[in-house]
Amino acid sequence: MNVMQNVGIGSAINRVDGLQKVTGQARYAAEHPVPGLVYGVIVSGAVPKGRILALDEAEARAVPGVIEILTHKNRPHIAWFDHSHKDMVAPPGSPFKALYDDRIHFSGQPIALVLAESFEVARHAASLVRASYEVEPHNTDFHKAQAERFMPSKKRDSFQPPKNRGDAGAAYEAAPVKVSADFHLATEHHNPMEMHASTVIWEGDGGITVFDKTQGPQNVRDYLAGVFNMSAKNIRVMNPYVGGAFGSGLRPQYQVYLAVMAARMLRRSVRVVMTRQQMFTHGHRPEALQSVQLGAERDGRLTAIRNSATTSTSRYENNMENVVNWGMMNYACENAAGEYAIAPVDTATSSDMRAPGAATGMTFFEMAVDEMAHAAGIDPLEFRIRNYSEIDQMNGTPFTSKALREAYAEGAAAFGWSRRSQAPRSMKEGRELVGWGVATGMWDAMFSKTSASARLTANGHLEVASAASDIGTGTYTVMAQAAADTLGLPVEQITVRLGDSTLPTAPVEGGSWMAASVGAAVQLACRSVAEKLLKAAEKMENSPLGSASLDEVRFAGGRISLRDDPARGVAIAEIMRAAGMDAIEVQETASGGISGMISQMRKSRNTHSAIFAEVRVDEELGVIRVTRIVNAVAAGRIINPKTARSQILGGVVMGIGMAMHEESMADHRYGRFMNHNYAEYHVPVNADIGDIQVIFVDEPDPEVTPLGVKGVGEIGIVGTAAAVANAIFHATGKRVRSLPITIDKVFDANPLP
Amino acid sequence: MPEAVPPAPAAILAAMPITLTINGRERRLSVEPWVTLLDLLREREDLTGTKKGCDHGQCGACTVLVDGRRINSCLKLAVSLDGASITTIEGLADGSRLDPLQQAFMDHDAFQCGYCTPGQICSAKGLLNENQAPTRQEVQELMSGNLCRCGAYTNIVDAIMEVLEARGEARAASAEAAR
Repeated sequence: MNVMQNVGIGSAINRVDGLQKVTGQARYAAEHPVPGLVYGVIVSGAVPKGRILALDEAEARAVPGVIEILTHKNRPHIAWFDHSHKDMVAPPGSPFKALYDDRIHFSGQPIALVLAESFEVARHAASLVRASYEVEPHNTDFHKAQAERFMPSKKRDSFQPPKNRGDAGAAYEAAPVKVSADFHLATEHHNPMEMHASTVIWEGDGGITVFDKTQGPQNVRDYLAGVFNMSAKNIRVMNPYVGGAFGSGLRPQYQVYLAVMAARMLRRSVRVVMTRQQMFTHGHRPEALQSVQLGAERDGRLTAIRNSATTSTSRYENNMENVVNWGMMNYACENAAGEYAIAPVDTATSSDMRAPGAATGMTFFEMAVDEMAHAAGIDPLEFRIRNYSEIDQMNGTPFTSKALREAYAEGAAAFGWSRRSQAPRSMKEGRELVGWGVATGMWDAMFSKTSASARLTANGHLEVASAASDIGTGTYTVMAQAAADTLGLPVEQITVRLGDSTLPTAPVEGGSWMAASVGAAVQLACRSVAEKLLKAAEKMENSPLGSASLDEVRFAGGRISLRDDPARGVAIAEIMRAAGMDAIEVQETASGGISGMISQMRKSRNTHSAIFAEVRVDEELGVIRVTRIVNAVAAGRIINPKTARSQILGGVVMGIGMAMHEESMADHRYGRFMNHNYAEYHVPVNADIGDIQVIFVDEPDPEVTPLGVKGVGEIGIVGTAAAVANAIFHATGKRVRSLPITIDKVFDANPLP
Repeated sequence: MPEAVPPAPAAILAAMPITLTINGRERRLSVEPWVTLLDLLREREDLTGTKKGCDHGQCGACTVLVDGRRINSCLKLAVSLDGASITTIEGLADGSRLDPLQQAFMDHDAFQCGYCTPGQICSAKGLLNENQAPTRQEVQELMSGNLCRCGAYTNIVDAIMEVLEARGEARAASAEAAR
């Protein structure tokens, strides 16, 4: 076939790392073969708070094949001060340091690492380590923790305090229509399919290579350098494949710390893999309480917003999220007040999980908006349109773009919203009540300074590289497409390297900024290659390109030709041969620049979405099924509609989990999450998921980021749980304000008047 | 080391000889009874395509085919499979010719991080062997032992339905919807 397949930005090509993944060739953190590997199995503590009195290791040490048992008593030296243990995204506080001393801060805390010649021996010996404790009073009950609610003086860098406007209190009191609702979100754990794991290769020259499950190899490298007082040059962290993370891999987890500690002690290569149970002993989406009060005129115009929330943190770090801002930004309303604080419990520190803050705060706000629409007797979609704002209401700034109106319209049309009958319990099919709900989603469109290199060799092969990560988000594919777009090469001639701390600097994969950031960096690097090629071409004798500028030529099919006269062109290979070049190698950094910084201050940059959900409820059995979701997303330019769609599908599925299934349940007597496995912590399974339609509405936005890309990793989950909860209300007339909405809660709730 | 240490269980766990055919190759192995098929494949045979997601038979990431039937390899002790024929994700393609499921998974973007994918594909292969799930809803039900945290479920079902349709085995869901 001589038809050139368009593979550049905007084309729905297959994921470029797909073949490795469907053939089992993609190797994840625990899968890199190393001769003479030592296996480490972590022993988890059994109490939530106190002190280790004694550790009985004798029986474990006697098992043939056991090499060593690392504990707080025999661990090698590590950095003394907290700041050496802080990673790039650590919240304020004192980071957890495994095996540091005899203190216990949370249930499941690692208290020993058993090292053996085989996994089976290590696992068995780990079961023989006995600990005795002095137990201290603890609290893991978030409701009780409200008594200790506070606002730390040192805020997390990403925290933006809500900005109040007008007089929300007076406006609320005066409003003819009022709604006041208190919401609760259970703790959720990320539960990526791959458990946190590290393979540390002892290189023998003082250096280590670490295959780690992380969203940021350079973050892990710098963290390890700080903790172990090593030169960052001697640490290479690699994560070419990451089996999901959703935020759990933003911060280095304790297995990498333990594996490196053991490798340095034994001077051997070590692998440590957490168990699924241990995946419940670190970061999690904070438990949350939120209280929303809305006032409106009888025609449905909002006059007052009061939005208050508390999220959970640990005793040793202050994790904070932006929970209450979203609703205050999104709706036209003259009076709005927000308030936020945190409350400590005796667990590990909560952490970012897919759309932190927004997944919680926008969901509950959108549930409250639904209550208000019902109270005002207005269709909930119409209610949102009546209160639509073209500007960011909280900051008073315009958006670089906001095609939410289009998202509402296209989503509603695809869903068939106009056929909705407004009264709750008014739609029924067979013995099932049918409910239709709508909600809005909102997330930031962020950009982070990122570097990338490009190397074009005379045989026409291009390699682009950056220390970015692909946690399933499609970074490999995005980088290949940005390169193909600029240099007109087929994807088969492009190699993408990422997931390696020695590559050009990139931020952690998070915040939905990676596609916009690394895409721009790759484009810059490839443009620099293009310039060098063009210069060389113009030095050729009788150059067919004359003195054309970069804008006057096009790169396609391995050639450079004039835009106005495509017959006049020259092959890239020929240019390089004529110039005697074996390779062109460049490195570029994409940053917002000064104009970007000014724009940052003057305009808000956000993604938006409209989510429509259908549920069917068998009232006799209480069984709820989510049969249909339409999620219409306004996220600027879409680099790859196929992989971007998958990102939204994934967000929707996790949103359904948030609405219906996911809940880490602590037994407060023991201060421990009891359902710490996949059988009892329910993530949605295939049969739980009905039809999902994803729509990307047209939203050209050259200002938001260099490529006009806003990012799609998180927006899919924001508001999805609200659409489902609102649909359940429409089906049953019962308002359940506590997520997840399980069968018992629907049974217990009373229908609203 | 103290002298009066009781004999540890490891000392009595002598390795046993077994023969497995793994992806068409006969392997004579010496394996301690406490080694699962999953750990044997991953840690001793360097077949890391088979994934560990829970080690408790709850997630399906470790699904392989034993004599053509799908099983959770984390729940099976290797010594109990003497003489069996094992197919893992590495053994599904015929040389460079992919299994139709592998191609369909790529075309439908039926994965994101890829960690559950080998288990999903092996499970789907076993499902096809069972000849029991021609409708979309049945496929969903019978693939529910394989978790996907990236949420690729609808694409996974699309991929499997495409292969079923190509084999002429798909059935419309009308009969099911009517009941």
